[in-house]
Amino acid sequence: MEAYINLFIKSVFIENMALAFFLGMCTFIAVSKKIETAVGLGIAVVIVQTLTVPANNLIYTYLLKEGALAWAGMPDVDLSFIALMACIGVIAAMVQILEMVLDKFFPALYNALGIFLPLITVNCAILAGSLFMIERDYNFAESVVYGVGSGFGWALAITAMAGVREKLKYSDVPPGLRGLGITFITAGLMALGFMAFSGIQL
Amino acid sequence: MNAEEKKVLVEPLVDNNPITLQVLGICSALAVTSQMSTALIMSLALTTVTAFSSAGIAAIRNHVPSSVRIIAQMVIIASLVIVVDQLLKAFAYEVSKQLSVFVGLIITNCIVMGRAEAYAMKNPPWESFLDGIGNGLGYSLILISVAFVRELFGSGKLLGIDVLPLMKDGGWYVPNGLLLLPPSAFFLIGLLIWAIRTWKPKQVEQADFAIIPAHGEAH
Repeated sequence: MEAYINLFIKSVFIENMALAFFLGMCTFIAVSKKIETAVGLGIAVVIVQTLTVPANNLIYTYLLKEGALAWAGMPDVDLSFIALMACIGVIAAMVQILEMVLDKFFPALYNALGIFLPLITVNCAILAGSLFMIERDYNFAESVVYGVGSGFGWALAITAMAGVREKLKYSDVPPGLRGLGITFITAGLMALGFMAFSGIQL
Repeated sequence: MNAEEKKVLVEPLVDNNPITLQVLGICSALAVTSQMSTALIMSLALTTVTAFSSAGIAAIRNHVPSSVRIIAQMVIIASLVIVVDQLLKAFAYEVSKQLSVFVGLIITNCIVMGRAEAYAMKNPPWESFLDGIGNGLGYSLILISVAFVRELFGSGKLLGIDVLPLMKDGGWYVPNGLLLLPPSAFFLIGLLIWAIRTWKPKQVEQADFAIIPAHGEAH
C-alpha cells in the first residue's frame, strides 16, 4: 500500500506532467486564461488519464509485449513497435466513448466540459502517460495509481496557472512581453517552485 | 520557385513562427533543448514528419469525408512517426534513448496536426510539403537557438566539444547550473518572444485593461 501512495505523490508533485516534464504545454498555455475553464479541462484530463493508462497497460501486457501472445500459440511475436499506434488509437476511441457516455448519462458534466473533451485526444500529457507507463514497466495496479496521479498533477498545475494569469491581467507588462511572453516566464517560475519537490526522497 | 512557394517556406521562420506566434509544439521545445545534439535530431525528425504528413494529407484531402478526417490524419502521422522512431533506434541509438518518449510524442505535436488542419486540407501536395518544411524550420530555429544558449552557458560545450574551459578542469568559466534545469527553457523562450515582438511590433498582443495614470501624475 505504501508503495502506491509513494507513486501517487511522486506522479502528482515530483514528476508533475506539466511543470516537471512540460507535457500538454500547448493546452496548458492556451486554455489557462480563466480559472473555470481550467478546472473543467483539468477534470476531463483526470478522467481520461485514469481510463486510458490502465487500458493501455492491459493491451500492452497481453497483446503487444514480446512474448505476450504466448497464450495464442505465438511465443516469438514481438509487436511492441506498434505500441505508439495502439496507444493513440485507444486514447481516441476512449475519448469518443466517454463523450457518448457522458452525453447520455451525465448531461450536466457533458455540457460543462464542452469542446475540451475532443481536444484531449491531442493533449500530449495523455499519450505521454501511456508511454511512460510502458517505459517504466508498471504493473496493472501501479498503472491505475499512476494514471490518477499524473492526471491530477496536470489539473493542479493548470488551475494554479489560471489563478496567476487572472491576477496578471491587471499588471503593467511591457508591450513585447504581453500575453504569451509573460505567460512563459510565469510558467518558468512555477516550474522552479515545483523543483523544490525534487529533493524529496520517498 | 513562385511567390506562393517562397511565402510558405520563409514566412514561418519569424513572421509566423509556430512556437512564438502560433503557440504550437511547445512541449518538446522545452524538454529536449539542454543539448545541441538532441535538439538537432529532434528538429530533423519533426521537420521530416511535418513535411511528409502534410504532403500525404494534402494528397488524400479530396477523398476523405470530413467526419473521419482526424482519424485519417492520425494514421498517416502515426505511421511516419513509427518509421522515424525505428530509424533513430537503428542508427542513432544513444540519442534515441535521450529523447525517450519525445519522438513518440511527435504524433501529438500540435505543429503536425495544426499544419495538417490549417494548410494541407486546403492546398495541393507540393505547396503543403513546402509549408511543412517551412514550419519545421521555424520550429528548428527556436529549438536550436535555445539549445545553443543552454549548452554553451550551462555546461561550457557545443555539440559535446569544450568551448568554455570549466573551472573544475582548471579553466576560468563557472557554468550556470540554472540553464541545465528545465525551467530555464521557459525563460529563454519568453525572452526570445520579447525580442521578436520588439523587432516586429505587429505581433504584440492587446492588453486586457489600459493602465490609467494615477491622479496628478499626468502633469
